[in-house]
Amino acid sequence: MPKTTIIEKTTCFHCGDDCFSEDFIIEDKHFCCHGCKTVYQVLDENKLCGYYKYNEHPGLSRASLNKRFDYLSDPTIVSELIDYTDQKISIVTFYIPQIHCSSCLWLLEQLNKINPAVHYCRVYFLKKQLNIRFDHQKLSLRQLVELLYDIGYEPIISLQDIVKKQNSEPKDNLVSKIAVAGFCFGNVMLLSFPEYLGISAYEHSFRYFFGLVNILICLPVVFYSGMGYFISAYQNLRKKVLNIDFPLALGIAVLFVRTVAEVLSKTGAGFADTLCGLVFFLLIGKFVQKKTYHHISFERDYRSFFPVAVHIIEDDVEIPIPLAKLQTNQRIIIRHNEIIPADAILLKGEALVDFSFVTGESIPVSKTLGEIIYAGGRQTGEAIELEVVKAVSQSYLTQLWNNEAFTRKQDNRMQTFNEKVSKYFTIVLLMIAFSALLFWLPIDARKGFAAFTAVLIVACPCALALSTPFTMSAALSIFDRNFFYLKNTAVVEQLARIDTIVFDKTGTITTGDNNSVQLDAALTEKQVQLIYSACINSTHPLSRLIYHYLGGAKRLSVDAYSEIPGKGIAATIEGHRILMGSAMFVFNRDDEAARATNVHIIIDDVYMGRFAFTNHARLGMDKVAALDQNYKLFLLSGDQDHDRFELISFFKDPGAMHFNSSPQDKLNFIQSLQQKGQKVMMIGDGLNDSGALKQSDLGIAVTNNVNNFSPGSDAILDGKSFDKLPLFLKFSKDTVKIIHFSFLISLTYNLIGLSYAVTGNLSPLIAAILMPLSTVTIISFTSIATHLAAKNRLLA
Amino acid sequence: MSIIYFLIGCSILLALCFLAAFFWAQRTGQNDDLYTPSVRILLDDDREVESSAKSDNNHISG
Repeated sequence: MPKTTIIEKTTCFHCGDDCFSEDFIIEDKHFCCHGCKTVYQVLDENKLCGYYKYNEHPGLSRASLNKRFDYLSDPTIVSELIDYTDQKISIVTFYIPQIHCSSCLWLLEQLNKINPAVHYCRVYFLKKQLNIRFDHQKLSLRQLVELLYDIGYEPIISLQDIVKKQNSEPKDNLVSKIAVAGFCFGNVMLLSFPEYLGISAYEHSFRYFFGLVNILICLPVVFYSGMGYFISAYQNLRKKVLNIDFPLALGIAVLFVRTVAEVLSKTGAGFADTLCGLVFFLLIGKFVQKKTYHHISFERDYRSFFPVAVHIIEDDVEIPIPLAKLQTNQRIIIRHNEIIPADAILLKGEALVDFSFVTGESIPVSKTLGEIIYAGGRQTGEAIELEVVKAVSQSYLTQLWNNEAFTRKQDNRMQTFNEKVSKYFTIVLLMIAFSALLFWLPIDARKGFAAFTAVLIVACPCALALSTPFTMSAALSIFDRNFFYLKNTAVVEQLARIDTIVFDKTGTITTGDNNSVQLDAALTEKQVQLIYSACINSTHPLSRLIYHYLGGAKRLSVDAYSEIPGKGIAATIEGHRILMGSAMFVFNRDDEAARATNVHIIIDDVYMGRFAFTNHARLGMDKVAALDQNYKLFLLSGDQDHDRFELISFFKDPGAMHFNSSPQDKLNFIQSLQQKGQKVMMIGDGLNDSGALKQSDLGIAVTNNVNNFSPGSDAILDGKSFDKLPLFLKFSKDTVKIIHFSFLISLTYNLIGLSYAVTGNLSPLIAAILMPLSTVTIISFTSIATHLAAKNRLLA
Repeated sequence: MSIIYFLIGCSILLALCFLAAFFWAQRTGQNDDLYTPSVRILLDDDREVESSAKSDNNHISG
């Protein structure tokens, strides 16, 4: 039996990760790395250790260790980042993804204790943004960013500035409109009560006065709050579409005209409170529908992952230049965890490039000198030098992104139930109104107009307009709670109508993170220590997997060590010679036939065995595969078919698996399914799926980090909820049923109202009761039913 | 009963004041971030902690 030494595990005081070394200790506090230790030192010096008081291990282990912000001295870059500047102060907003707990908030709002040149800082917790006002004569932007870096909160500064984009979004003043409508609703109701409760004869002078005030109050409701409905109805009519805004606008207009006419002619009290209530409730429905996620952006494209600047080498000197100025034939230097911004030839260094951003494959690929490396890869390991062969805008990745098929706008994906119904609803409504008019006209013209307007008022589809937004927003919050983020409410209905599901393989069904290490060797405790000590020196991902697997063995001092890029490690430790690596490296022969990635071990010329790394399917894939009862499942993969055998258990029909597909092939495949009339849902990740995601009727990006790249997708699914996909599909069908049912309820109310209306005897009181009553019924029914359905599907 | 005219004028004026207050709050961004203040309020004021740290400790130990 192999034995491993179990040392008591210590966790980092700063970030809570396991400590693999004893090198970083201050007083009695252990740290996992130099980065965490320095953060603690900075905080300790500035008496900010209260940071550790609010939460245990509030820090995050640091992604990048190179502190290179010299590009922030470039005035053109600085001016683009800064929100506002004058002689004395500058204001800047950073996106800092590390913000996650109250300690972060506490620390970041105390920046001026570290540097008094910072006047003001405010955290926007959900957006993970930090707004800073500082004296730029005493503290440059670069120093400010370095300060943030020092305390472990490095802001993300990318080519597509996420912060700017969010702030520049057009602000519709929906909230103000609701406020005005609510204010008017309340006041009008107050003034209408006397009318409903009965005004005695000697108080009749008030009636006219109340009516006039009502009209006055209605003006802002119609011409400010309700204006959007008129505009939308008009625009849709010009496009020859009858959407739900048309009957709504008609209802608002008729209510207003009739109220004015009745009050001025002193024939009645009008429908002022119904009018205000209608607009108020409609706007609330609109507000609910517009739920946005602060922490997720669906609009991120490749630029938000590119740095704003890159270091080039000119005459042996490194200088930072803005990415836009990068030209071909320039030599660039890329360090650990930096993205290669343009297609380039590798000139110097060991390139180990992580293309997960482009392909979804998370195991880094090693490249040899002279090879072209496509843009979008992230270098891991040492710094490399490259010569740019194509400008940023001409690179493979950028071209892929700008490909017409990938960026094409799709306007008619699927009509929602609401859109379909409202067309017929409007036609029927107009028919009833006109027949009522024609019926009464020969008998009593006055009554005819009364009936005509009453029909339009009472059948105004307020409840119908509210049923979808309230159901969908309830559904959205349920999905949200299960880590499934939809772009908008319409996606729920699309989800319910899907009949075909296409999966991408790499990164979607299989993930690099699920790599499991298997040890096929019998090792003594000493040998474990030898291997551990050899691996801990290497930054190669496989070495890292091995030493995490062996975790906590005793570290021995290494006498000699050499790492041959892409092949293996040779080390001498305490007189033992250790050779670890690929079959090619260890025994000079290829083992192409191997199904898994292997690392072979030779200690003192004796073959000990190997570590095998296998790629596992995502957890819950069996549950998802069971969907083949009701859905057609397909698999698309850009890889060779060496996983075919493993996947056959999930995709029983061998014809459903397609290997060696290029991004364009994937898109074409989706298109061919759609031409057969199928509603296709594409589940993928990475840039190479983005065309297919966009082309499909519903594109879902699966990711382990919701801040990852997800272009073209309608929804983002967190990898840990992947197994809930069948439940999500069922639940989406439930919500559509709820919408149908609430439509029936609102129709019933309409019919009751209509029965009064066609006779021309609609009293303002009935309208004033019916409208809020139906609205409240619909809102409570949809919210309760949706939550019950979620509970039923075990999602709540 | 003419007092009604006056009272209604007053009530609407008062309501308008509230509406104006809401608009002011909206315009100055007081409703932009509704989550962070809920966390912020739980954090202690640092100066207080430093000055009263000793007595606090005594309270706890005693």
